[in-house]
Amino acid sequence: MIVFLLYAVIFVVSFVVVKFVATKAATDFTSLKTVTFGDESAVRPNRIASVISVLTIFLLWGAFTGSKLVPGFLHAPGPFMGDAVFTYTAEADGQRDDATVTVRVFEVGTDVDAPEVEPGDGWAKNDSDTVGAWRSGLIRVDRNDELGRDDGHTVVAVNGQPIAPGGSVQTEFGRVGMSPKGTLNFEPAKGWQMEPIWLPPPEAVWSRLNEIASDGYRDSTLWEHLGWSLFRVIVGFAFGALVGIPLGYAMGLSNWFRGWFDPIVEFMRPVPPLALIPLVIIWAGIGETGKIILLFLAALWIMAIAARAGVSGVAISKVHAAYSLGASKWQIMRHVIVPNSLPEIFTGARVAMGVCWGTVVAAELVAAEKGAGMMIMVASKFQLTDIVIMGIILIGVIGFGIDILMRLAEKALVPWKGRV
Amino acid sequence: MTTRGLTIENLSMRFDLPNGGSVQALKDVSLHLGEGELLSVLGPSGCGKTTLLNIVAGFLAPTEGRLVLNGHPVKGPDAERGMVFQQGALFEWMDVRANVSFGPRMAGRSERDWAEHVDHLLDVVGLRDFKSKAVYELSGGMQQRVALARCLANDPDVILMDEPLGALDALTREKMQSLVLKLWKETGKTIILITHSVEEALLLGERLLVMAPRPGRIHKEYRLPFADLGVGQDLREVKKHPDFAVKREEILSMIWDMEEEIMGRAEEA
Repeated sequence: MIVFLLYAVIFVVSFVVVKFVATKAATDFTSLKTVTFGDESAVRPNRIASVISVLTIFLLWGAFTGSKLVPGFLHAPGPFMGDAVFTYTAEADGQRDDATVTVRVFEVGTDVDAPEVEPGDGWAKNDSDTVGAWRSGLIRVDRNDELGRDDGHTVVAVNGQPIAPGGSVQTEFGRVGMSPKGTLNFEPAKGWQMEPIWLPPPEAVWSRLNEIASDGYRDSTLWEHLGWSLFRVIVGFAFGALVGIPLGYAMGLSNWFRGWFDPIVEFMRPVPPLALIPLVIIWAGIGETGKIILLFLAALWIMAIAARAGVSGVAISKVHAAYSLGASKWQIMRHVIVPNSLPEIFTGARVAMGVCWGTVVAAELVAAEKGAGMMIMVASKFQLTDIVIMGIILIGVIGFGIDILMRLAEKALVPWKGRV
Repeated sequence: MTTRGLTIENLSMRFDLPNGGSVQALKDVSLHLGEGELLSVLGPSGCGKTTLLNIVAGFLAPTEGRLVLNGHPVKGPDAERGMVFQQGALFEWMDVRANVSFGPRMAGRSERDWAEHVDHLLDVVGLRDFKSKAVYELSGGMQQRVALARCLANDPDVILMDEPLGALDALTREKMQSLVLKLWKETGKTIILITHSVEEALLLGERLLVMAPRPGRIHKEYRLPFADLGVGQDLREVKKHPDFAVKREEILSMIWDMEEEIMGRAEEA
């Protein structure tokens, strides 16, 4: 909650700062427009906002994980670490006595000993113990007291505040609770930061990336995992395009093909490829064949529909013009219909690549020996959150990279797209 | 001895409608066009002028009647009848020169064979400097000049123009009209030009056909001197010809009457 609030505050503050303080006079044509609201062409991404947006995400991530990349004063309050002290009041045989408890709160993963304490006066002796940060621990204060449970030892107050089984007392170091059987339970203050097993700081993810990049994970290098995922996508997409584009052309050019395949294509199109995973596993197993069949099916319908739309979208005047210039049917196919359908096919290819990438990750989550999805699936079973986050980021970066490449290819190969 | 030119005999065209009815788009249209004649066709919407052109081009088969070009019957589209469309018929994936040389290339002729002719045509239409530009980078007028050159590069016997200047602004249009006249005189092609503009029909049409709707038929035919006068001349001078204004008024009121009749019939129905 506090994170979203902070996020909103940063959004508003940076907007105000950039708009009223930092923006120099805009010099592009938009600045000459008096009416920009509702004019879609006047809306272009503000690059400053994009940069701040990305920085904000890393800042919040760092601040709430205690990252070393973020200066300390920006950190959200972390968990309490060090020696926590509170007093308890015990009652036994009708006598009351006070003693202190010193708890050393340590970072999980390090070894610490309980602090040395003086036993103190009275029959209730001072205690010491250790508890990991973000954890909690039972503290048997009666163990070293002269009057034990056999003498009716009960704790009646903590820091002077009365406590009963099931109740709790807040101290400055954390919460002291009492179990139903009367044992004290210390839960040091957690602060606002996330524990690394839930969300590791950015540098932990980065160092894990370096580690896996050099040592590999699960008997395969990082590049093998990513390479296998990419390989499956490319092969599946290639088969899908190889079958789907001619199928789409046939559907766009022949009544019979259109009639025959329309029900199939229209039925298969809305079926999410993920829903086919179980069937594909039953039929083809969890090996490469199954995955490539799945990706083939994911790409096939998209490419068929794109090619069909490309053919149907050819202006009849272009075809007529070609006929009256003496072109044969084959020449019209080759020089008019195919190039005219390329923009649609590229749009379809971009969508298909995106869907294939999503599908391959999902398929690897279900079952795989190598692959980006398999990596995060296995890591999640061991609660290796840093690998999971690293995997998600890599999957996103690669998906984005694929789309950028497709756009570049589109610009180079069909420069007339959208300019007709 | 076969007669040269295009003969249209008793052409009728009926379209079946999805609701079971039918529309008589053309009825009994007969016409002979000598070689090298420029015919402009005028008429209110729905008079079948585009249908007529599509039949001559071979995109549509008439329900009745026949077409003879230079002694042989017309069946389907062919390079001997070139067509210039209103717009959007250029191939965006080719540059200007590739568009213009499309016909010769499809005929399998080598570049050495057509290069000179194509470059000459690009000169004539004033696009020499634009020959390697993409067509979508050109203005509307330039695109129509590419379309004209593309049609001429194929050296057709008949050129069919379906409102080729309809989408252009007034100034560009005037320039293009001069260009059409010039090309007509230089190449001696037979041209059928469909237009919505009475002025354009008068300026360019050596012969002028006014068609009437429902069913589409020839209403009246004129022979006009303005096209010959206009060759190489300022077309605005031609428009000052006393006869020009008279003819324009006559045809305009003729078409107005037809439009009113259509409206009246629509209101009755």
